[in-house]
Amino acid sequence: MSINLTLLIVMGALYACGIYLILERSLTRVLLGLMLLANATNLLILATGGYAGLAPLFSKDIAAQDYNDPLPQALILTSIVISFAVTAFMLGIIYRTWVLARQDDIQDDVEDLRVAETPSFDAEDDAEVPAETSEFPLATVTAGAREMPAEDAAAEEQPGSLNVDPRPMEASPEGGGQ
Amino acid sequence: MNIAALAPLAVVLPILGAALTFLLIRHSRAQRAVSIALLSLTLALECLLLASAWESGTAAVTIGGWLPPWGIVMVVDQFSSLMLVVSSAVSLAVLVYATGQGMADGDQDAPVSIFHPTYLILVAGVSNAFLSGDLFNLYVGFEILLTASYVLMTLGGTGPRIRAGVTYVVVSVVSSVLFLIAIAMVYGATGTVNMADLAMKLGELDQGTRTLLHVMLLVAFGIKAAVFPLSFWLPDSYPTAPAPVTAVFAGLLTKVGVYAMVRTETLLFPGDALNTPLMVAALLTMVVGILGALAQSDVKRLLSFTLVSHIGYMVFGLAMSSAAGLAAAVFYVAHHITIQTSLFLVTGLIERRGGSSSVDRLGGLAKLSPLLALLFFVPAMNLAGIPPFSGFLGKVGLLQAGVELGTPLAYALVVGGVVTSLLTLLAVARVWNRAFWRRPTDAEHPDPVLLAAPAARVSGPGAKPNDTVTLLPRTMVGSTMGLVVIGVALTLFAGPLFELSGHAARDMLDRTPYIHAVLGDGSPVPAAPVVGGGR
Repeated sequence: MSINLTLLIVMGALYACGIYLILERSLTRVLLGLMLLANATNLLILATGGYAGLAPLFSKDIAAQDYNDPLPQALILTSIVISFAVTAFMLGIIYRTWVLARQDDIQDDVEDLRVAETPSFDAEDDAEVPAETSEFPLATVTAGAREMPAEDAAAEEQPGSLNVDPRPMEASPEGGGQ
Repeated sequence: MNIAALAPLAVVLPILGAALTFLLIRHSRAQRAVSIALLSLTLALECLLLASAWESGTAAVTIGGWLPPWGIVMVVDQFSSLMLVVSSAVSLAVLVYATGQGMADGDQDAPVSIFHPTYLILVAGVSNAFLSGDLFNLYVGFEILLTASYVLMTLGGTGPRIRAGVTYVVVSVVSSVLFLIAIAMVYGATGTVNMADLAMKLGELDQGTRTLLHVMLLVAFGIKAAVFPLSFWLPDSYPTAPAPVTAVFAGLLTKVGVYAMVRTETLLFPGDALNTPLMVAALLTMVVGILGALAQSDVKRLLSFTLVSHIGYMVFGLAMSSAAGLAAAVFYVAHHITIQTSLFLVTGLIERRGGSSSVDRLGGLAKLSPLLALLFFVPAMNLAGIPPFSGFLGKVGLLQAGVELGTPLAYALVVGGVVTSLLTLLAVARVWNRAFWRRPTDAEHPDPVLLAAPAARVSGPGAKPNDTVTLLPRTMVGSTMGLVVIGVALTLFAGPLFELSGHAARDMLDRTPYIHAVLGDGSPVPAAPVVGGGR
């Protein structure tokens, strides 16, 4: 099988530009990058068919190897249709992002940021209140409900809780949150 | 043979349903009836296909009368028909759930009229991918289901869904491009895209080319299946979609990737060429996935991480390339589709009943709704692999196969599998303890719904801004219950199912039934590679 060098170079350039563009944060550039990648792949499929030959319309006088290979072209046609649909959908999404947020950027995941900002999962491990060793009230304190429940819990726990005698852990139904 | 000739209907019927429901877009009642009827019909047909594959073995259907090496074929074997039946049963349950949700909410939340056609096209894409005996048709099947999934993922076009949808679409398109590049390379190297034909011709290529093609295909499918280094996109994008959509994605879409990996490993590149990297990937998928789950407080995200983690079990079974391992993997796929989907459906119910899906805001649900607690408890224990359930049986099968293999890496995976199972138990027990077991007042940020007076809970003001909403519509609870019952039935009928998956695994490793069904009985099958040999 022989390959057309021009096609190969164009394909490489398209892949390079496409990969560069999909690494951008702007959605429109990402979309352009995806389109370039899809078209580079179409060229790759075309290249697998070898050199261009005659149109594959059967005639008894023509030797089989003179025809073009029709299969890659059929594959390309399918993949063009698919990338057309995906491009249209992406344009819709980009427009919707712009309507909602007036920006064209890929946004960070809210939950990811939250997990990343959480210093440690087991908040008890590095809590600032060392005097209290019973874990149940602390869990409510450190997990953020700082007003009423925390004070109640602290008041309840204060007598004799100076890191000496952690009260025996009762089989309490609210226990499992750690 | 005659029944197997109906295989294309498994794709055609849902597409027909999509066209009809699209025409009925203004008549939501008729739309619901048509889509449920056509999906039930598809399910019945696929049960027939499974029966015929069980009795008369693998069969191939040529589309349009073009003979196999050139035309497109659809192959019905035990694995593909089992996947079809399980996936259609699950999608039917989710469809009923979704219509229940739509009816209860009065369809204002999302444009549900577009839901039915899109959903049916998704089902058609999944069926096409399972049945395809042609690499390019497999790609088309993937694209059909992915394009439908883009629409479902961003249904309603709210901010979070669009944000998650962007990640999902870009990652999916990149994986599709990789798959297409792999197909082009395969075609350039062998001159065919028919999978049976490829099974014969790929063996003649030299080692380097074969490894390249093998890796390309596995990477493309690995992104779709969410195998560890390629799984980053899944927990970010799945949880924001509507509950039924997340459920069906979690159940089906990653499993289509696993299915394609199984075909690649058994039919196209038999032997153990890439078993070691696959095993390492499986181990990392299991452990990293479940550690991610432990860090989450949102139930949907937690379940998405367990989904990633349990993909590792399937890859483990696949990577052993022994009949026992593959059989256990097939069983595990069937089990996991059912269980993971029912857990996501239950989470949808939790969100309706408790007002949130974050365990920081939930509490006391066991007292509030014992039925909901039961519906969560059974599949959760099943997922964690607690003895009587099918999750336990599947894991035991995998671990036995791992011990049978006996290499140090296999033992590492056995240990990793047990640890992952225990950590899964920890993760779901945390949800159980916090959302169901403790008092609502103990929640860190208790949801107002939970603290409201009992009389105001059911439909009174203050429960939800929209006071006509039914918290637990009977259709939604019923379909979830049906799926949970199917999950329990997989435990009761684990014997026959294991026998079926054992047969399927032997047929796949043998390759002769597949190749003969597609290319005719006379075609010479290349010698089955020696397991342990360096192919």
